Amino acid sequence: MLQRIYDWVDERVDITPLWRDIADHEVPEHVNPAHHFSAFVYCFGGLTFFVTVIQILSGMFLTMYYVPDIENAWKSVYYLQREVAYGQIVRGMHHWGASLVIVMLFLHTLRVFFQGAYKKPRELNWVIGVLLFFVMLGLGFTGYLLPWDNKAYFATQVGLEIAAATPFIGDDIRTLLAGDPEIVGAQTLTRFFAIHVFFLPAALFGLMAFHFVLIRKQGISGPL
Amino acid sequence: MSDKKRVSRRQFLNYTLTGVGGFMAAGMMAPMVRFAIDPVLKSQEGGDMHSVASIDEITNEPQRFEWTIEQVDAWYESEVQKTAWVYKDENGEVVALSPICTHLGCTVDWGSQEEHPNEFFCPCHGGRYTKDGVNVKGTPPTAPLPYYDHKVKDGMLYLGDTISRKGE
Repeated sequence: MLQRIYDWVDERVDITPLWRDIADHEVPEHVNPAHHFSAFVYCFGGLTFFVTVIQILSGMFLTMYYVPDIENAWKSVYYLQREVAYGQIVRGMHHWGASLVIVMLFLHTLRVFFQGAYKKPRELNWVIGVLLFFVMLGLGFTGYLLPWDNKAYFATQVGLEIAAATPFIGDDIRTLLAGDPEIVGAQTLTRFFAIHVFFLPAALFGLMAFHFVLIRKQGISGPL
Repeated sequence: MSDKKRVSRRQFLNYTLTGVGGFMAAGMMAPMVRFAIDPVLKSQEGGDMHSVASIDEITNEPQRFEWTIEQVDAWYESEVQKTAWVYKDENGEVVALSPICTHLGCTVDWGSQEEHPNEFFCPCHGGRYTKDGVNVKGTPPTAPLPYYDHKVKDGMLYLGDTISRKGE
């Protein structure tokens, strides 16, 4: 049945070359853990992507219950975690995944660094990787405020003070992030929410696509 | 085993990888899907009965009675106003009807039409119901107005949940 649906579409739109191009590529021996176990270090990039997918999915589901409002944010998080089936698990996936994605990203960066895989012609992909790292840190920073508990509030207070320590434009950056020169409150929460679920994910998708296109274009760097 | 039925190395790998991948994806998606469909599976607890009016106030003519209930909407609690049309039928039995039109949910009024003084009338699309709440043939509603579950205690009328009635 599935095969026939596939054939029907393929006959008209010729989709086989599209996925063949993505799926059919050689995995060189030196990156295959079945040949050399130490090649597991090549998995960290893929694991970062895998955890990112979990973050996107669990985040999408969490917004079904979450409200970015200072009156209701904490209550809605409390409700989804205590009253909704599997709420603790879905929120747990997003909570722990957020830390895990940074760990995987860091290990991936270390592998690329110590193998010298960032060298010509792959410098541009290294730069994109560093931008991805910053976007991930931004996602972590903005997401941390959303439960609107004491830890979130004071951590954001500190984060905003750090931003305000920037020479010359520090206070403006702080106001831009917090939505108010003095208060960390209603406008800060809505801003952080918008940045967390719309702006940074958009940047993340664009950069990830670029990162992957370059890998396919340039291939994996050779053995040491 | 005939050659025809032999599974090639490529096929075997395809099956196992799809199987393992599918299992992992299912394990990942199951909690999230259950989380999302929770409102559908939450058991509805029957509402409490609320004191609405003294039994002496109820006449043979439908009257509008209003009362408020404490509504818990996930993390938001509020007071919500409820309305019923209440009268005594020929046998002296109390009838409490929901004012929500069964066509598209507007609110019906009693005797607001001069041509049909003894009917419920819905202003949105001209739906009509007879005094016992049965929809008039040829008007938009397809089912009678729902009843309120009711009881009389110590001379007071208590109303509970609505019970919908099937249309013909």
